Amino acid sequence: MSQVSDWVADAEIAPPLPAVRGTSLLRRSLKLWRTRIGLVLVGFIVLLAIVGPYLAPYGPSAAVGAPNSNPSSQAVLGTDYLGQDVLSRVLYGGRSILVMAVLATALAVVVGTAIGLVAAYSRNALDDVLMRGMDVLMALPQILLALVAVAIVGPHAWVIVVAIALTTVPRIARVARGAAQPVVERDFIAASEAMGVPRWRIVAGELLPNTLGPLMVEASLRLTYSIALIAALAYLGLSTPNSANWGTMIQQNQLVLAVQPWGAVAPIIAIALLTMGTGLIGDGIARTAAGIDRARGEE
Amino acid sequence: MSRFRPRGVWGFILRRLLLGIVVLILVSILVFLATQALPGDPALAILGRSATPQSLAALRRQLHLDQPVFTQYWTWVTGLLRGNLGRSLEAQEPISTLLSPKLVNSAVLVALAAILSIPLSIAIGAWAALKREKVFDQASSNLLLLLAALPEFVVALVLVILFATTVSHVLPAISTIPPGSRPWNNWVALVLPTLTLVIAVVPYVSRIMRASMIEVLESDYVEMARLKGLPERTVLIRHALPNALGPVFQVIALNLAYLAGGIIVIEFVFNYSGIGGAIREAVVNHDLPVIQALAMLIAAVYVILNLLADVATILVTPKLRTRL
Repeated sequence: MSQVSDWVADAEIAPPLPAVRGTSLLRRSLKLWRTRIGLVLVGFIVLLAIVGPYLAPYGPSAAVGAPNSNPSSQAVLGTDYLGQDVLSRVLYGGRSILVMAVLATALAVVVGTAIGLVAAYSRNALDDVLMRGMDVLMALPQILLALVAVAIVGPHAWVIVVAIALTTVPRIARVARGAAQPVVERDFIAASEAMGVPRWRIVAGELLPNTLGPLMVEASLRLTYSIALIAALAYLGLSTPNSANWGTMIQQNQLVLAVQPWGAVAPIIAIALLTMGTGLIGDGIARTAAGIDRARGEE
Repeated sequence: MSRFRPRGVWGFILRRLLLGIVVLILVSILVFLATQALPGDPALAILGRSATPQSLAALRRQLHLDQPVFTQYWTWVTGLLRGNLGRSLEAQEPISTLLSPKLVNSAVLVALAAILSIPLSIAIGAWAALKREKVFDQASSNLLLLLAALPEFVVALVLVILFATTVSHVLPAISTIPPGSRPWNNWVALVLPTLTLVIAVVPYVSRIMRASMIEVLESDYVEMARLKGLPERTVLIRHALPNALGPVFQVIALNLAYLAGGIIVIEFVFNYSGIGGAIREAVVNHDLPVIQALAMLIAAVYVILNLLADVATILVTPKLRTRL
């Protein structure tokens, strides 16, 4: 972008020698309590999303009682504004958010990393073209681009996944490029080139492993944002109507908060636990990566 | 050297300005292509399958769909530059008339959030850096980490539950600004939306402020200033703070730009009549001209804020100013 933002970006995201294998970074981050707590929270919600539909006492759209009735032995968390069982809908409502968020983030990480590494390795006009293209994509807030996509194509799950992935790509690409740039300048890359190693193998075999640390930090951050965005789009009423989805549930039951809070409160708690969990894991990984860099600097 | 300094700064600003204009042109092409020149018939997409041939033809004329794509784009962009944003399909009104009161409402909300959150987060970040690894630092950074992970609408709804519905009733749950009324005449309605935006911004800015301040506090010139025997107040306010603020301006600008997107959800939560709510409405109603106008508006705000951030960073960071 500019000298200033490069300077800031470098200071923030690009540690000098991030050559740590991803698995070892993950293992080391497990020594931190915040990572463990995060894993427990995320594990709980993922488990809920996987086995929830089998445990649910009712179907997601079954009418089980009067609308907005308070918790009772029939409906542990009461019923929602249509008389559907809140607990069953919460148990059904996690899958779509989780699957969509993971797909969108994974897609963005693959494409964004490829673009960032190629840009850093090219060291020519291609770098500028790619990164200016990323700037353009970043000039629109993520949720706005997702809304525009939904307005044009329709509120299908794949549209939301692609739109979130597309807007996440430039953010990943910047991190990948920032982390790869110092590596590109180092001697072993020049040595590989001199030995005639194919360029794609230099990018995949030499650059990629050396950028995994910052990429994992960014990917975990982006997963948190993707979950938030997908839940927010459902909350805005832009997903399949009346699907059992935490975001949709919150919107539908918001107006009766004063009468029967659980219809909105239960999915709010589920989303909050999930994003706080991914946030804690991301912070654990970030702290571990920073700690490793600091230790290297002192060597 | 000093004779070249202003030229360097102005040259830098000019370069950033040109880059910003290029980005905006590319964004306009992107927005235009996405909303107008899609494969298929936008008029049909807007009106739906039940449209009559007459209404389709009328809408095509109104959207200039009967002209070549480049002419359509040119008409639209030159219109934007002259302040003609087009007509809303839903309200059948000029978009500028429709949006200007909402723009004021949103601007008040974002400005209020910025005025409150920027000093607050700088103070929290700087204080945490000074008390590094002490109780305040650890408590604030853990709390802010958890807050940062929450989606804004979850924060908003927790505030609604705490202050407006389930737990207590001290504030209104709905922040509608009646047409013709101004937000500052409805200040009670502004409390919860503003608080949500503040909570959305403070974690990021204070975190960067803390990291930046720690780096500066460990620097040689701060040690030098201390060794000279300057009072700690002078060391912090004259030497440490200005240099620590550099990276923070970038993050503030990015967060304000982010707020431009964040208000979409927040305004919907509180039924606040601003441009965020207008975008959501336009998406639900397939009102493509309104979506185009708002997307360009938000992109322009974003580019301008980034430009201001770069300039502010240059002006406030002495070591960068000399590097230009």
